[in-house]
Amino acid sequence: MSGFDKVVTSYEEALAGLEDDMTIIAGGFGLCGIPENLIKEIKRKGTKGLTIASNNAGVDGFGLGLLLEDKQIKKMIASYVGENALFEAQMMNGELEVELTPQGTLAEKMRAGGAGIPAFYTATGYGTPVGEGKEVREFDGRHYILEEALNGDFSIAKAWKADRHGNLMFRKTARNFNPMAITAGKISVVEVEEIVEVGQLDPDEIHLPGIYVNRLIQGTFEKTIEQRTVRTA
Amino acid sequence: MALTREQLAQRVAQEFQDGYYVNLGIGIPTLAANYIPSDMQVVLQSENGLLGMGPFPLEEEIDADLINAGKQTVTMVEGAAIFSSADSFGMIRGGHVDLTVLGAFEVDCQGNIASWMIPGKLIKGMGGAMDLVAGADNIIVTMTHASKSGQSKLLSECTLPLTGKGCIRRVLTDLALMDIEDGKFILRERAPGVSIEEIINLTGGKLVVPDHVPEMTF
Repeated sequence: MSGFDKVVTSYEEALAGLEDDMTIIAGGFGLCGIPENLIKEIKRKGTKGLTIASNNAGVDGFGLGLLLEDKQIKKMIASYVGENALFEAQMMNGELEVELTPQGTLAEKMRAGGAGIPAFYTATGYGTPVGEGKEVREFDGRHYILEEALNGDFSIAKAWKADRHGNLMFRKTARNFNPMAITAGKISVVEVEEIVEVGQLDPDEIHLPGIYVNRLIQGTFEKTIEQRTVRTA
Repeated sequence: MALTREQLAQRVAQEFQDGYYVNLGIGIPTLAANYIPSDMQVVLQSENGLLGMGPFPLEEEIDADLINAGKQTVTMVEGAAIFSSADSFGMIRGGHVDLTVLGAFEVDCQGNIASWMIPGKLIKGMGGAMDLVAGADNIIVTMTHASKSGQSKLLSECTLPLTGKGCIRRVLTDLALMDIEDGKFILRERAPGVSIEEIINLTGGKLVVPDHVPEMTF
């Protein structure tokens, strides 16, 4: 790696410096657009005591579900975790701490974290268990709760295409939480399907500029589908 | 007769207007997309980052990178747009979505909604429901009027943990369409063949019955 060239050639190098008890912000929605190979590398490394912020927690045997098998996750910050039996078991017996966060609030917490905004007011969750213990303020006769930004030691994310400087393009709904997750990590690691030379991406079509990306790696992806729904012609 | 799932979806679709951006929750709300009148244009928003959601794909069109908020494979219509989760909830929270339709366990006559958590049972999370009910101005809740054992789900005060406070103004059940105003349910329409007495008996919260309550038509 030199200058602005963010490309690393091994997953080991991509996650060098990730240690026990760190916080990771992860992109993806369900199994769509998840950094599946980076997750596998965390499993291989055996890093433990992790706090992970991600909209979902994968499924049994894929995505973040893999990290539950060896109890690598201490705390999960997510909006919906209903797709994963092992997760349920560890949550129910107290091995896994869970902070359920509304989906839009979670996205905004990551965005704020990356944009240097320590907290923001939102009406989401006011008067519900999510608002308990949080500061309430009234603006124009409406109640809002104060939500704090999220930052991670690392962020792990998946994009479609990148140039060597880490300028990124996402594909379809695999974009989801990835752009904000990338901005919210001290060290952000992005895996992509294709890396092209600098100058080959149209600057007007870049979804997230490389300034947010520290390490970039090209991988191959299984892209497991959670709910395969079809219509007949 | 109580409305079927299809009839509920049909009645929801009658609330659509030409040019509406609509977010449909999982279940019956999603079915409403099948009843968009052919002379009307409605754009469906999926909160994982898609405006212009189309029907399920043909087998050969399946794309793992293109799913809806229920994690189902979908397609995009012409003129669709993709954006991040932060942008998606920006448009929801900012009140740009014209109509939101979602399910619930309980609604009360203060406009409170409980839809995400039953204490003692498994907690799966609220997903985007709290953001949707807090952000949207125009919300329709679809639900059954009472439990199978006849317990009302339209209460004077929700018993379950809330999804949102004071944010619901219209509820469509299998028996009735009701508005919520000033701490009361107002009966607007009843399902074909369902008597006003039955609706009164199965409504826990304060209920106002206007002189004329038409039957729904499909």
